[in-house]
Amino acid sequence: MDEKTLDIIISRYEAPAGRLLGIMGEIQNQEGYIPRETLEILSVKLEVPLSQLYGLATFYSFFSLKPVGDHVITVCMGTACHVKGAVKILKALEEMLGIKSEASEDGKFSITTEDKKFTLEIARCFGACSMAPVLRVDGNLYGYATPENLPGILAEYGWERHEN
Amino acid sequence: MKIKSVTDLVAKKKVGLQKILPGKPRIAVGLATCGIAVGGDRVYERLKEIIDKDRLDITLTKVGCIGYCKEEPLVNITIPGKPLVILHKVDESDAEEIIRSVQNGGVPYDRALCQVPAWDHVTGCVMDYGKGFDRIPLYDNIPFFQHQKKVILRDAGLINPEDIDEYIAIGGYFSAIKALTGMDPDSIIEEVEKSGLRGRGGAGFPTGLKWRITRDVKADKKYIICNADEGDPGAYMNRNEMESDPHMLIEGMIIGAFAMGAAEGLIYIRAEYPLAIKRLTLAIEQAREYGLLGKDIFSTGFLFDIRIATGAGAFVCGESTALVASIEGRTGRPHPRPPRLTDIGGGLFGYPTDLNNVETWCNIPVIISNGSGWYATIGARGNTGTKVFSLVGKVDRVGLVEVPLGTTLSTIVSDIGNGGANNRKVKAVQTGGPSGGCIPFRLFDTPVDFESLNKAGSIMGSGGIVVMDEDTDMVDIARYFINFATGESCGKCVPCREGLKHALLLLNRIMAKKGTKQDLETLALLSDTIVATSLCGLGQTAPNPVLTTLAYFRDEYDALVKP
Ligand SMILES: Cc1cc2nc3c(=O)[nH]c(=O)nc-3n(C[C@H](O)[C@H](O)[C@H](O)COP(=O)(O)O)c2cc1C
Ligand code: FES
Repeated sequence: MDEKTLDIIISRYEAPAGRLLGIMGEIQNQEGYIPRETLEILSVKLEVPLSQLYGLATFYSFFSLKPVGDHVITVCMGTACHVKGAVKILKALEEMLGIKSEASEDGKFSITTEDKKFTLEIARCFGACSMAPVLRVDGNLYGYATPENLPGILAEYGWERHEN
Repeated sequence: MKIKSVTDLVAKKKVGLQKILPGKPRIAVGLATCGIAVGGDRVYERLKEIIDKDRLDITLTKVGCIGYCKEEPLVNITIPGKPLVILHKVDESDAEEIIRSVQNGGVPYDRALCQVPAWDHVTGCVMDYGKGFDRIPLYDNIPFFQHQKKVILRDAGLINPEDIDEYIAIGGYFSAIKALTGMDPDSIIEEVEKSGLRGRGGAGFPTGLKWRITRDVKADKKYIICNADEGDPGAYMNRNEMESDPHMLIEGMIIGAFAMGAAEGLIYIRAEYPLAIKRLTLAIEQAREYGLLGKDIFSTGFLFDIRIATGAGAFVCGESTALVASIEGRTGRPHPRPPRLTDIGGGLFGYPTDLNNVETWCNIPVIISNGSGWYATIGARGNTGTKVFSLVGKVDRVGLVEVPLGTTLSTIVSDIGNGGANNRKVKAVQTGGPSGGCIPFRLFDTPVDFESLNKAGSIMGSGGIVVMDEDTDMVDIARYFINFATGESCGKCVPCREGLKHALLLLNRIMAKKGTKQDLETLALLSDTIVATSLCGLGQTAPNPVLTTLAYFRDEYDALVKP
């Protein structure tokens, strides 16, 4: 993220309440993750120790320190989705994308395919529980997901089945 | 234009009513997050295309969600002199047919769910739509709506949440002007106390008492905060309240700020709710433009403004002390109380702070407009008012349900929800999210109030009701919640950080059929210890799903373990 964009974001948060998470949230939204350089510049500009910013980036699951793929798929693992088979959805997506899920060191779940096209993540609840199981691709929610209708959804984002 | 007097407000009310009943057909598409996800926005776009192309004399607008999520996308039609008609399961291919019918003074009957001849918006406005369309069933006869009482969701799905005029039209901001110009802080707090309102964030703490404590502290500065973190998975009442009627929340906060003497308010909202954030931001701007936020509100000299602070995905940040830390830009780790938020040194940046849940704030305008006496007649003794629940999981009619407190689980699940989905038998419900427990079907005559749910081993929580049927594995549910709590534990205290981890290991072993009877005893003992010794509410309640399933579904555990 260039400095000018960062300055514009910072200028929107003059009051201290909600400032740090607000700024970091916008960086996360624009870049898909929080680049280390941006965090360093932010630390100087706000006069907040880098360690504190790093602490926030690792504590809050919304932030990611690793770059993500072109499209981010987030599967809801909330209660309503769980009882309606969210685990099956996650497994089907892993199989489709050829990746295996495991929590990373900081306990966050985020895996990116080798070609950097897709990143698979999980969430706690989108508040769309009536349509469980739910997944989100780049900000668009899809309800009533089944392993059968996943290929159709992902095809909208350029997914193709690879034989392996 | 700034609104300074009742006369100004009445003038705006006229403008707003003209928008709701424009003297020509009005089509309103339900566009809350859930409606959009099932294609409501495509319906809206298609309708707009047709109306624009032929320059038709039809008003097209957006509304929030009336709660019947199973039937979405929902579209309302009002034709002058006729009842409002709710269409269900609409998709974009229906758009032409809708427009054609409307132009002929009718509605597409095969898409009609029900009709509303008149609607009571509770805050002093009954909207008289009209009569006709006898073939379409009445709203009051639809089983999903029949047993509900809409107080908080009185406007949801009927007014445009992105237009402050429509909120004023149905009586909005009249409570604020009444409170600020006709009542003093003490009498406002007295009304809230007499209403019996208890916090809707989970613990049921008396709201009036919390307000009085905050008011009585002497300090140069005070804050009020709205808890919109809605962390319980499976719960989305607060999302809909903010997306469908954001001004109701803002009005409640204005009244509260005046009563407690706070100049600044914050809404702490989770990042997973972009549409709610957008609509709240817009609503705050509109309220500022009308002088309802900012300096010298209603020429009383009272100053108050609201800012939004976003969360970043941490369940524990719904807890009061962690929430404050998070707004201050720190990691959300709770600290022992006292100091409480209301104490000097305990709140936001050290100032006394009142924290209330979204729905708690939403109750305030009706209490002021209709009076505590009216409010206290709703619900049960000690549990007054209504509560919105999200009825989800393996239930036939999923959606948002608002009922008086004290309504039984069976009314909610069987009468309103029509029992299990796909004709499966309902086995239990889970209430209260990760801090709650599972209540078996045989206890469904339990009234839903704070005390009765506690007695059954669960809690009210924020209002999520997740239905489980005969196919649901209860041990898996317990494991699910312990896994959730383990991941969300902030790690500060040992019982929660280590205890939950070991409970999870035990449950994993049991589910892999490698556990013993002794493991079940250990699990129960460990759970009791975590409850008794954890620092904050997260750990103190996290074992509830295990304890309740052990109590009510012991056979499912026994079937998995070796003697
Ligand atoms: C782990 C934990 C999570 C919580 N999450 C929420 C939440 O998401 N929303 C909420 O309103 N209250 C939540 N609470 C309760 C709040 O701490 C607090 O009691 C409540 O916001 C007070 O508002 P009320 O008096 O209006 O209910 C949570 C408590 C704990 C211990
Ligand atoms: S539980 Fe999945 S959207 Fe709420």
